[in-house]
Amino acid sequence: MTLVVAARAVGFGLPLAVVMAWLLTRYRFPGRSLLSALVHLPLALPPVVTGWLLLILFGIRGPIGSLLLHWFDIRLVFTTAGASLACAVMTFPVMVRAVRLSLEAVDPGMEQAARTLGAGRLDRLINVTLPLASPGILVGGIVGYATCLGEFGAVITFAANIPGQTQTLPLAIYAALQVPGGETKAAELSMVSLTLALIGLLLSEWVSKRLNVALGR
Amino acid sequence: MSLSVRLRHKFPSVQMDMAFEVPSPGVTVLFGPSGAGKSTVILAAAGLLRPDECRIEIDGLLLADAATGVWLPPERRRAGLVFQDAKLFPHMSVATNLRFGMRRAPPGTVQFGDVVELLGIAGLLDRRPHTLSGGERQRVAIGRALLAQPHLLLMDEPLASLDAERKAEILPYLTRLKTALRLPVLYVTHSLDEVTRLADSLVLIDAGHVIGFGPVAEVATRADLPLARRDDAAALLHCRVAKHDPARELTLLDAGGSRFWVPLLDAALGSECRIRIPAREVILAGRAPEAISLHNVVPGTVQQIAGDPTRRAVMVEIALPDGALLARVTPDAVARLALSPGRPVLALIKSTSIEVLASQ
Repeated sequence: MTLVVAARAVGFGLPLAVVMAWLLTRYRFPGRSLLSALVHLPLALPPVVTGWLLLILFGIRGPIGSLLLHWFDIRLVFTTAGASLACAVMTFPVMVRAVRLSLEAVDPGMEQAARTLGAGRLDRLINVTLPLASPGILVGGIVGYATCLGEFGAVITFAANIPGQTQTLPLAIYAALQVPGGETKAAELSMVSLTLALIGLLLSEWVSKRLNVALGR
Repeated sequence: MSLSVRLRHKFPSVQMDMAFEVPSPGVTVLFGPSGAGKSTVILAAAGLLRPDECRIEIDGLLLADAATGVWLPPERRRAGLVFQDAKLFPHMSVATNLRFGMRRAPPGTVQFGDVVELLGIAGLLDRRPHTLSGGERQRVAIGRALLAQPHLLLMDEPLASLDAERKAEILPYLTRLKTALRLPVLYVTHSLDEVTRLADSLVLIDAGHVIGFGPVAEVATRADLPLARRDDAAALLHCRVAKHDPARELTLLDAGGSRFWVPLLDAALGSECRIRIPAREVILAGRAPEAISLHNVVPGTVQQIAGDPTRRAVMVEIALPDGALLARVTPDAVARLALSPGRPVLALIKSTSIEVLASQ
């Protein structure tokens, strides 16, 4: 359940994060700082506030939520998809940061070389820049995934704590602790959480090492 | 056919205003101190830097013209660029790197197999760029640029990041390319050795201006240009092998009427080569000496005498039937021989002082 929520959050969030990082690193446009600030806002805001803002925007009567419900019959509040959305918004800045750093580290000479060899803008992005930035993008994804697993405040506010639907691991641990005698269950769940985090971090380490070897660094 | 470049660009520190026209195909070396503007020409020709004013034309094809607003972006310009540090794509094999430009260009005359053969990189195709030596990397980069079927090849100090040994390894490949390609090449370097071996035309650049351009033999021997003021100033002459004399272990070279004996060469009769005669090795005389070990007594006419006060010497430029010689002598020698522009003079050159460069 938690894994699915996190996977969907990263699956939708990472490509958007790549596009956003690309915009922020390569183009100067009016409102660039404002956009950057908006992207990073969830890092600075209390998660509960982010969840509440989502509730206002994506709620059934919210400006976006009502449209989604009307046109596509999609309801996000208090659903699994909603939990994913909350996770995605919370981890978006983390992913954008990681991708942006790796895009900035790509040697502009490589892109110039591709240009003189006849590669257009999109061609360069797909065949040169993104492969060269791939270690950072992957690490961004894995760290984002791990952060998703632990996301609490925004999820509980926006998607509530419905067992089997929106109850992610930290929510389950919290719920277990609320119940008398639930310590054992909480401890078990915490161990699961610990193992998942450890696996995630080790995996990201290993993958980025392999990619860097492939790129000859 | 010709390659003509004119560009004007204002940098914060220096104002560039350069124009030259050279024959195409052929290797044109841009020569001058760092920061003089050589790389600006290369970047503008590649389309990676857009000068305030610019007109670049190759064999009637306009790449850029500020007057009519023509500005082909680099990806549509087909100007192959070889960077100082190769810039091979690290996530691709050598073969994929080589095919990168080829796959994006219309089919042309440059064939994959020929380029691989010419550059001696057949054994490297499956390797990754980071496993290659500096020289190998640079050869692959040259191949990659050539396979994009360029109208123009640009090389920005392609050997500058290599040590002497690697340079020696790669120079023969460049000499071979020069003869195999029918392509205009702009080549930036600091090294006079690369100029004497590769250049057909020479453009001297200093502080954002072109101070002289033309055929390399002509520019190198102009006594009023900076090349003649260098310690290693020398004349360059194009020669044909005229005669071998195995008994005396000598070869006679003919440079458009002037004849030079050099130690016996292993080259076919009639084949062409380039010789370099250092200015400090040339002795001037009014009459032919007798009973002397010297083989070469070459008649010419004094063209120009330029002072060189820091060395307490003068540079005498001597016109030959085809080309010119340089002689560095003392002001006293000029006075004793009563040399002045227009006067005939004999240049005495030891056969062993003549450096024969790879035949073309």
